[in-house]
Amino acid sequence: MTLPAPRIGLTRRTALAAGAAALLPAATVADAQPAHRETMAAVERSVLAGRTPLASGVTLDMPTLSENGNSVDLMIRIDSPMSGEDHVTAIHVLADKNPFPRVATFRIGPRAGRAEVGTRIRLAETQTIVVLAETSRGTVHRGAREVIVILGACVDGG
Amino acid sequence: MASASIPARITMPAEARRGEIIEIRVLARHAMDRAIDAPGLTPVPRKIIHTLRVTYDGAEILHMDLSPGIAANPYVAFTTVATTTGELVFEWLEDGGAVYERRQMLTVT
Amino acid sequence: MRHLVVLAATLMLGATASAGEVRAPASFLSPDLRALQDDPSRHPGWLWVDGGEALWREAPRSGRPSCEGCHGPIDGMRGVAARYPAVASDGALLNLEARIERCRTDNQQAPAFGYESEALLSLTAAIALRSRGLPVAVETEGAAAQHLAAGKRFYETRQGQLNLSCGQCHDENVGRRLRGDVISSGVGTGFPAYRLEWNTLGSLHRRLRACSLGVRATQLPYGAYDYVALELYLAARARGLPVESPGIRR
Repeated sequence: MTLPAPRIGLTRRTALAAGAAALLPAATVADAQPAHRETMAAVERSVLAGRTPLASGVTLDMPTLSENGNSVDLMIRIDSPMSGEDHVTAIHVLADKNPFPRVATFRIGPRAGRAEVGTRIRLAETQTIVVLAETSRGTVHRGAREVIVILGACVDGG
Repeated sequence: MASASIPARITMPAEARRGEIIEIRVLARHAMDRAIDAPGLTPVPRKIIHTLRVTYDGAEILHMDLSPGIAANPYVAFTTVATTTGELVFEWLEDGGAVYERRQMLTVT
Repeated sequence: MRHLVVLAATLMLGATASAGEVRAPASFLSPDLRALQDDPSRHPGWLWVDGGEALWREAPRSGRPSCEGCHGPIDGMRGVAARYPAVASDGALLNLEARIERCRTDNQQAPAFGYESEALLSLTAAIALRSRGLPVAVETEGAAAQHLAAGKRFYETRQGQLNLSCGQCHDENVGRRLRGDVISSGVGTGFPAYRLEWNTLGSLHRRLRACSLGVRATQLPYGAYDYVALELYLAARARGLPVESPGIRR
């Protein structure tokens, strides 16, 4: 596949950008990975943006012992009325000792009814999982859980 | 880009009362390949579902950013308030630009 | 110790009927994984079940009927997986995978899916699901007897650099921990199973290959006679236990 020829009147840069966008809708920006590993501290700083998190309002439901780091269940609930004025806007899941500490971000709103999300994550090793929840009022709630990852005996390298 | 189909399972009620909060569970078949870039190994580019976007009657109700830290065959659970009879559109965005889509009707009584 | 092995092996002759020591694989799972195994909304194995059900209805390009064209709706397969491996009319011992492949090549005149292919795993899972909860009921007498004996011999033979027989783990040390794992009774009632270690659905033979590797023995090819005979012996040990396919395994 080739890029469309730049139309007269467009600068080279805009033509390339337009061509790239046509080929890769919606994916190009999200695909970009930091060249260097983003540290946990940097991730927390960027989410907090100067705010001090409240150590309340987060329920993080995970097994204390994970039987296989390939697949660890996690369920998150944030105490919130989820009304138009006061609701959770984003829930971030961070894992300190994973190659990429930023594991997932859920963006939700009052239409969720409850601030309750779940997923399954990979854990490279025993570590603390941190949840940061941002609200429409500008507050951030923080919760954390340590999860021990057990190694199986009968592994066969996939 | 045209939306392709993806083996996926969406578990949600077909009907709900107006104002009821329903839970939606989504499973999709995807290896969530992490990039391999280690000495002695053949480099493999990352290929994951990086975004799951769900709209309900045209409005976005979930926008999730996924990373290589999400387990293979990604599972996601979330909730929404039943507001009006309409379609939920689930879109999985894959590295490389592919978009997979599934739709599910919710009848509100 | 040697005496115990012999004793265990001797008991095993009668144990296929009583199965006193042989416990269902689900009983070795944590409550979390057991709940996952029973929850189609979270169990990734159901992605393959869906695919298998679609394949069941899909006619091959050869123009021959689909599975459904001959067998009717897939729910009619109730109880079938519980009876496999079984001896075919030509005397060959077939497990469910081999039975499906034979149907595909002989009756549908279509190319075999291939062992461990997505398609074969999917169809096997969809058919096995129709026996979920039903007791394993393999035939062990008549034409099956010689295959059962071969499977039993394989089970009892010390193998690999670790010089271990199956029973040294799965009879003598059942319930004990091996690193993070709990040693099970070693029956295959949950396969094809979604194994977290694999991040995918896999066949019993894939699991057996992992066992072979674990004791540093030669890994036999998928569908090898020794593995199919062993599969029959394991099913005989599991007689009366419920089919769990598609299972969840660590």
